[in-house]
Amino acid sequence: MLPSRRDVLAASGAGLVLGFLGPASRLVLAAKAPPTPQPNAFLRIGSDDTVTVLLSHSEMGQGVWTAMAMLIAEELECDWSKVRVEHGQPGGELGGQFMMTGGSSSITGEFDRYRTVGATARAMLVQQAAKTWKVEASSCRVERGVITSGEHRATFGELAAGAMASKAPTKVTLKPRKDWTLLGTNVKRLDSPQKVTGTARFGLDVKLDGLRVAVLARPNAFGATLGSFDATEALKVPGVEKVVAVRNGVGVVATSTWAALKGREALKVTWKPPADGGVDSDALLASFKKTATTTGAVAKSVGHVDQALAKATQRAVFEYAVPYVAHAPMEPLNCTARIENGHCDLWTGSQAQTWDVKAAAKVLGLTPDQVTLHTEFLGGSFGRRANPKSDHVVEAVELAKATGQPVKAMWTREDDLTQGWYRPAFVHRLEIGTDAKGLPVAWKHVAVGQSVTDGTDFAEKGPDSSAVEGVVDSAYVAKLPALHVSVHSPRTPVPVMWLRSVGNTHTAFAMESAIDELAHAAKTDPLAYRLAMLEGSKRHQSLLQFVADKAGWSTPLPKGHGRGLALHESFGTIAAEVAEVSVEGDALRVHRVVCAIDCGTAVNPTGIEAQVQSSIAYALGLTLQQAITIKQGVAQQQNFHQYQPLRLTQMPKVEVHVRESEAAMGGIGEPSTAPLAPAVANAVFAATGKRLRELPLSLA
Amino acid sequence: MKLTVNGTPIEVDAAPDMPLLWALRDLAGLTGTKYGCGIGQCGACTVHLAGQPVRSCSVPVAAVGDNAVTTIEGLSKDGSHVVQRAWVDADVVQCGYCQSGQIMSAAALLARTPNPTDAEIDAAMQGNLCRCGCYPRIREAIHRAAALKGGR
Repeated sequence: MLPSRRDVLAASGAGLVLGFLGPASRLVLAAKAPPTPQPNAFLRIGSDDTVTVLLSHSEMGQGVWTAMAMLIAEELECDWSKVRVEHGQPGGELGGQFMMTGGSSSITGEFDRYRTVGATARAMLVQQAAKTWKVEASSCRVERGVITSGEHRATFGELAAGAMASKAPTKVTLKPRKDWTLLGTNVKRLDSPQKVTGTARFGLDVKLDGLRVAVLARPNAFGATLGSFDATEALKVPGVEKVVAVRNGVGVVATSTWAALKGREALKVTWKPPADGGVDSDALLASFKKTATTTGAVAKSVGHVDQALAKATQRAVFEYAVPYVAHAPMEPLNCTARIENGHCDLWTGSQAQTWDVKAAAKVLGLTPDQVTLHTEFLGGSFGRRANPKSDHVVEAVELAKATGQPVKAMWTREDDLTQGWYRPAFVHRLEIGTDAKGLPVAWKHVAVGQSVTDGTDFAEKGPDSSAVEGVVDSAYVAKLPALHVSVHSPRTPVPVMWLRSVGNTHTAFAMESAIDELAHAAKTDPLAYRLAMLEGSKRHQSLLQFVADKAGWSTPLPKGHGRGLALHESFGTIAAEVAEVSVEGDALRVHRVVCAIDCGTAVNPTGIEAQVQSSIAYALGLTLQQAITIKQGVAQQQNFHQYQPLRLTQMPKVEVHVRESEAAMGGIGEPSTAPLAPAVANAVFAATGKRLRELPLSLA
Repeated sequence: MKLTVNGTPIEVDAAPDMPLLWALRDLAGLTGTKYGCGIGQCGACTVHLAGQPVRSCSVPVAAVGDNAVTTIEGLSKDGSHVVQRAWVDADVVQCGYCQSGQIMSAAALLARTPNPTDAEIDAAMQGNLCRCGCYPRIREAIHRAAALKGGR
């Protein structure tokens, strides 16, 4: 049983804290709402009636720019058309001790705090009106940014200066759900006008006087280190000013991006090759498969699994593998750094401001309060811009320090795909014993893959729980008399990190593929089989039945077509998906995906629909065609022609059903990613009788 | 080097092989056009050259000549182009980084095919990647723009 978010909030200290909500919700950040948040830290009300909301989380496409503002606006009762949004700063009451965007936690974590801010500011405005007019506060009505009492009328803007300087009330009452007018309705994005006119500013768009652009020559293999370099030719390129060795490689600093790129091409660098000949990803996966036959660090043990396996009617072993994959956000990594008068300013799309500030401060020997991070819009991230070493930030700071000039350090797409920090490759081996009905009675599960938390603030004493999130806490195995889950975390020179939905990207594939195999082995309909495994978990059963009904689970399909089912819970949300595919020769096409999610409370349903579509598109690329392979330490995929994201022509029809429930609110940005791969693989089996146990799926 | 960008003649101090993308971004200060891959694979850098959609990362500035360049900044002064309005109505954007390119491709499509079928949308838009997966809403917005344009 996982502690509820509220338990974690109650147990945590003051300010923004890291809340480990158990393996299903790794990397979840929870904001402890102080009893009286000072609204001034979160919003500004202008004399022109604009309400500017400051965000404690970053907008990277997932829609917090709109949804977090909705939380405040619901309680503040301002005019929605007057709402503006800005990214806030790390530190202080808003940013707290740890500012990060991840774990699908922005809305769940800030739901109470941001609403309380709105309610508190509203109370302060009402107090100010009552004082000015010498009336009872209870006589004041608030509607769309206007306060009235009898003959009196004033806008928020007219009252703001006095109101926001007054003392905040110690206690406010939040609206009951039945009184919501904004939350739960479909609200269009507030960042659209900027983003359709090219005026939205991303990190790469930052302009400063005297700004220089840098690209780095980076190690040509994992494990390779800098030998020597000769900058003579590079410095002959017009516009190239300096060539400087830094931690991540050799930086070519120039007056324009093109000059920097040409300078890098002209630069001669000798790399010392990796001592052992370099990583080979095929060999690595083969070794993981061997390791998976042995028991790893124990993440969960219930009953006596070996005894239960021995007594089972049937036993079967299943093995699944996933490759390294790169996040590949559309905007390549970049950071701009300027150091002036003992202060460092950073401009970047950051998913982990606190880490980035600390890393910059460390390079410069400054304290974190001598570093200001200006969070720009993130041109996608999917986890990549929450780098535990702040790799893209550190190099910009090092180059700004070395050159004495403001520097924008930019990664090319080739840098992005070849330099690592991938979702790690993983192998899952499951040994499952079933009873006379074909239902599991013993489940032995071994996961092998690099740890994404190793060496980070999230490191644990025991096994990396993110490697088996979605296994140890799965409703499918909750009542098994014998369950044993263990983890091996081998180390390699390839840096790895979290990618959208973290461990669930591979655990859901293993769990839902194995369950499908068991259902077919038991000659039972995969839906009926899952419903039987979920006996007693009404919320899961109901969602599964619902998605199956919506998809027309038992209706006939043309020859060569098949449907596959998968359900996975992560970040407090259950997502169930039915994929409909066709197979012609080696060609696999996904025609339709029906997704039902139970996220408890839905704040902005249209935003949720967009995130589900997004998760499915992201996951489908990884399911069908994206992998990073490594030979002699060199990543083989250089650019999008070799690492192909999903294209519009491949996008299936996606039908999204948001089902609310009484359960605690769950996350939205990630949970519908995980079930997609197994739903498609299971559909391929239904269509062809061919079981695909490795990603990306290949029929060849 | 002389260019005509968004109806205005400008002079840029660019090496002849500098891609139009970097001339626009670094020299003309027009950062609405985005870098995504540098090899014409993603479409984030799409602009119109003499009315045709091109990947500005793969057009050397010397090859532009007298041809008019239109970027997202020049599509409309205030976001009022029918495609931009449809994009807002359909709530298309997520991270937004690819959207300048998507919109420029869609605007070029509608200029030559006022009421495109899904197949024509596929053909025109397959070169524009979106990692956020805005594709269903992009499709919807193009149909919506066609309807707006036709006064329907």
